[in-house]
Amino acid sequence: MIIIKGTGVFGGIAFGKLAFYKRMENAVKRRKIDDVSAEINRFEKAKEMAILQLRNLYNKAFYEAGEAQAQIFEAHQMMLDDGDYCESIVNIVTTRQANAEYAVALTAGNFSKIFLEMEDAYMRERAADVRDISKRLINALAGGNQQGMHFVEPVILAADDLTPSETVQLDKEKILSFVTIGGSINSHTAILSRMMNIPAVIGAGDSLRAEYDGKEAIVDGFTGTVYVEPDANTIGRLRKKANAHAKKKNLLERLRGQENITLDGKKIDVFANISSVTDVAIALEHDAGGIGLFRSEFLYLQKKDYPCEEDQYKAYKLVAENMRGRKVIIRTLDIGADKQIDYFNLPIEENPALGYRAIRICLDRTYVFKTQLRAIYRASAFGNIAVMFPMIISMDEIKEIKDIVETVKSELDAGGIAYSKEVETGIMIETPAAVMISDMLAKEVDFFSVGTNDLTQYTLAIDRQNRKLDRFYDSHHPAVLRMLKTVADNAHKEGKWVGICGELGADLALTEFFLAIGIDELSVSPAYVLPLREKIRGIDLSANK
Amino acid sequence: MKTFDYTIKDKLGIHARPAGLLVKKAGALTSSITISKDKKVVDAKRIFGIMGLSVKCGETITMTIEGEDEDEDAEALEDFMKETW
Repeated sequence: MIIIKGTGVFGGIAFGKLAFYKRMENAVKRRKIDDVSAEINRFEKAKEMAILQLRNLYNKAFYEAGEAQAQIFEAHQMMLDDGDYCESIVNIVTTRQANAEYAVALTAGNFSKIFLEMEDAYMRERAADVRDISKRLINALAGGNQQGMHFVEPVILAADDLTPSETVQLDKEKILSFVTIGGSINSHTAILSRMMNIPAVIGAGDSLRAEYDGKEAIVDGFTGTVYVEPDANTIGRLRKKANAHAKKKNLLERLRGQENITLDGKKIDVFANISSVTDVAIALEHDAGGIGLFRSEFLYLQKKDYPCEEDQYKAYKLVAENMRGRKVIIRTLDIGADKQIDYFNLPIEENPALGYRAIRICLDRTYVFKTQLRAIYRASAFGNIAVMFPMIISMDEIKEIKDIVETVKSELDAGGIAYSKEVETGIMIETPAAVMISDMLAKEVDFFSVGTNDLTQYTLAIDRQNRKLDRFYDSHHPAVLRMLKTVADNAHKEGKWVGICGELGADLALTEFFLAIGIDELSVSPAYVLPLREKIRGIDLSANK
Repeated sequence: MKTFDYTIKDKLGIHARPAGLLVKKAGALTSSITISKDKKVVDAKRIFGIMGLSVKCGETITMTIEGEDEDEDAEALEDFMKETW
């Protein structure tokens, strides 16, 4: 038995065979072709298809993982369209009367060699990009989107680290778990495992060897351990652990429809965060009491130009209707920083996290903001909609927002268009500034929702994407916890409610703290709704007094 | 024909993504545009060529713009370089 230690990403235990992710495995054979122009035509068509795939991947990755992860797909589109690259392929097809697949493979070899010979480590890595786009092209030539591996039986997928383009295309039904040599808790594989609710161990290092391919293994996501060829003892022990975990899962099923109430009778709302209209189904499946954060960005990401009022209205209306009277909190457009959209033509900034983003863009480009608000208010006639504004730092901003909201409402009134008069308006608390003036802000709004990711980042001055900083990053930093208490106290003094919609909301180690300081609502990924409910129902706040 | 020199100030130099930005910008202009560094000349509308130059912070590149709109294009490009790097 071999024991490999890494970092566990998602609790759970998986039993299965290890399968190593294989790249560029399809051997390309050289064929002589007779019709050169037909072959070049075939290549052009495949190139178009590959670029289209990349465009879709860009969008998909944008929602799932953010702009930083998605960017690479845009660069890939340009590489596929690169004059030198395409000329080389066309040349080989023409002069050697070779099939396009062969021409692509040969070109890929030549181009990646150029990068591999560079002295700069970053540039050497680009050889992988050449291989990635060439593989995509070869698959497109084969007539389809055959990227990724196909498995007959479910496997534990092992890899050095999976690229976004690889994870996005995996046949997710056939994957029991992920094990990677590299990766950090924010890597794409880690994010995916959390989304798929399957255990993963990342950063396993070199002890994870390709020669283990096909061997039986057990992944313990709780401890971050992989057992290759486990002995009978280990199998028995982990079976027990897995059974206990399965029982717990069943228990969670039984929590469906139950109240989120502590043993001593304190209630709290547990809502879900969603990023698209289809996510509503997942939120309902996990019995979320409402939508605590509806990221409206997706409407903008899918488009080549600003989405019109009608399209937005339809999307918001659909979500509100599907939630059947449960609250739906729509966050107005939050782009900039790590989320970019081409047609916004945002300037490149030295420090985007402290730059032109979210409400700052909306208050600048009020035509974009007003369109969104009109759509939200119109949809409010069909359900229980609330609206909240991101990245607030000042009272002036609130005043400006309120003026715009009033204008929108009076325009709707003038046009005889229906909307609910009871739309709550709230703000996200994401900046230390908002925390410090939360007593003042509370007078002006109906609720607060704390975005703990940004608040922690801005408070600790730590970039969450920077793996080197993982060891300095403390999500339970007392500075952040004290801020939460301040915000809750100031909201309650004005009779307003306060929620948390950042990742911290799902941290079960803090649930008791949140209840104790009087947080009224927690909004979490749909999969965390029921575990959170169980945790709440086991807490007795009176016991600590 | 217009030419100008530009010294890269971004500490990462011209890597994959910024190279993409440059290609996009150059692609939108009608002039033919080349970039040279240490006697190596590449087409500014081709991403692999630019990446192949492996331009680092502090290095100077020469941009050559040729075409009917070379005056405006050169200006646009120089502004772009200043904004981006």
